[in-house]
Amino acid sequence: MDEIITGITQAFSLIVTLNPEVLHIAALSVYISLAATILAACISIPFGGLVHFREFRGKRALIVIIQTLYSVPTVVVGLIIYLLLSRSGPLGFAGLLFTPEGMILGQMVLIIPITTGLVISALSGVDRNISDTLVSLGATEIQSIVQIVKEARLAILSAVILAFGRAISEVGVAMMIGGNIAGQTRVLTTAIALGTGMGEFGFSIALGIILLAIALVIVVTMNLITSGLSSEHEQVMGGPRS
Amino acid sequence: MIRITGLHRRSGKKNILEDISLEIRKGEIFTLIGPSGSGKTTLLRLIDLLDRPTAGKIFFNGQDTDGPEEVRLAIRRRMGMVFQKPGVLNTTVGKNVAFGLKFRGADQTTIAKKVTAALELVGLPGFEGRRAVTLSGGEMQRVAIARAMVTEPEVLLLDEPTANLDPVSTELIEDLLIRINSEMHTTILFSTHDMIQGQRLAHRIGVIMNGRLAQVGSLHDIFYQPRGKEVARFVGIDTALTGVVQSNEQGLATVVIGAASFEVVTPCPPGKNVTLYIRPEEVTISIPDGIRKTSVRNQMIGTIVKQVSLGPFIRVTVDCGPLITAMITNRSCSELGLAVGTTVIASVKASAIHVHADIA
Repeated sequence: MDEIITGITQAFSLIVTLNPEVLHIAALSVYISLAATILAACISIPFGGLVHFREFRGKRALIVIIQTLYSVPTVVVGLIIYLLLSRSGPLGFAGLLFTPEGMILGQMVLIIPITTGLVISALSGVDRNISDTLVSLGATEIQSIVQIVKEARLAILSAVILAFGRAISEVGVAMMIGGNIAGQTRVLTTAIALGTGMGEFGFSIALGIILLAIALVIVVTMNLITSGLSSEHEQVMGGPRS
Repeated sequence: MIRITGLHRRSGKKNILEDISLEIRKGEIFTLIGPSGSGKTTLLRLIDLLDRPTAGKIFFNGQDTDGPEEVRLAIRRRMGMVFQKPGVLNTTVGKNVAFGLKFRGADQTTIAKKVTAALELVGLPGFEGRRAVTLSGGEMQRVAIARAMVTEPEVLLLDEPTANLDPVSTELIEDLLIRINSEMHTTILFSTHDMIQGQRLAHRIGVIMNGRLAQVGSLHDIFYQPRGKEVARFVGIDTALTGVVQSNEQGLATVVIGAASFEVVTPCPPGKNVTLYIRPEEVTISIPDGIRKTSVRNQMIGTIVKQVSLGPFIRVTVDCGPLITAMITNRSCSELGLAVGTTVIASVKASAIHVHADIA
């Protein structure tokens, strides 16, 4: 019991005094996961669009595979990326193992299925009537795809935020690809794991609080977006009008 | 304007449209009527070049529309289409209306000017900044019309534009279509399952049944001289009786149907098999009260077998041998004290019966 109370007290003092090490770890976490999320979105939005707008054999199967990969264990991704990036692996020449860039790559691989899958469902959520309307208004294929993606923007944005949540909270890839090197690849989750193992509970709790605070920001943002969506929906259904 | 020849559309093994040949003339309002699922939407989508036919051709101003996508896009950009559901995008009304112009690469000044004009046309001036999804159903459909009209199309296609709307909004849109046609000389082709609406707007009507064009003609042709029992039933003619011409004196013929006989106006010679179509509004119902002198040639006594209330009207079916359906007002029904089982006289003028010679 004592340990917990001391830990919490210590954690608050670390946060309040803006401990440089804690700040560095938090900033690195946000940097790596944000970069991974942005890059994943840059790949997933066009790729998801391609899957959605094109008809091809095995489309259904591909979507099922993508959805299965939502829950791929982080350590499995870590293992695969490790094997690829290790000195003797096919991408060993790049020297990305145990670097933040390697971690970004790993987290990208981890979240691309989520962003792609959710982009596909976001686009499917746009009424077919809308795409017919755009074509009938004389849109070229590209013009109509751009408009449909814009129409699904809120659902796509929540997919991206969800993916960021998964990236920043995972520990497998960060540990296996980053190696938890102090000052270089140590992020919130790996630092908590290490701190706990070494009995530095105050440090771990401080990082845990920061991680939770980031999660809170994510949830609040998501809620703001979805409540914006649903209030528009209500108005469509005949709710109060100005 | 638009010429369609031998158009087929198959989906899987099902024939949605079969052998449609049709000409839409420049400047007319042409209405496609037919029950739900008869193929109206499919036909309109083919005409707007959204889908490709399985067989057959569509010509737009003489030009074959079957070609690479760029050719079809260029032709499609000369048409406008409004769907049953307005399909407004989640942005402002102004941006919604501007899409067609934006896709065609118009500059901002032109867009602003034309969007304002299009919104005025549909009676929504100053709505540019409103969020489109917050409008009522009728307003959204008018935005959809403004959006289609902003590019000044030569042909405006509308697929059941008022199917989901209340009567007031429906009338607004109908008036709007008449105005677009008369002031802007836009050729209008629209579909409806509501034959009353077809009647109100159309210069010409095409009846589509089970994927086939059953009849094309003027209002009068369709409503008074339907071709076939299916069309007759759809345009509200419940009484369709098959019989034989017994005699014909200078066009006034007697047709025998079972035990009953009707006097009708027709050139058909004796011995000819014919079908008689009687619109329910043309039948009057009276209570037998001794001998009355009247010019009505056909008077048959019978008993009421069925009454169906239709708001202010009642559809009464009388068994006079053949079944004859009459449409009378609620008030006359209660004044005459009509009920199922009442004995009545059903009268119909010889000239009000449409005679269709059966093809031997």
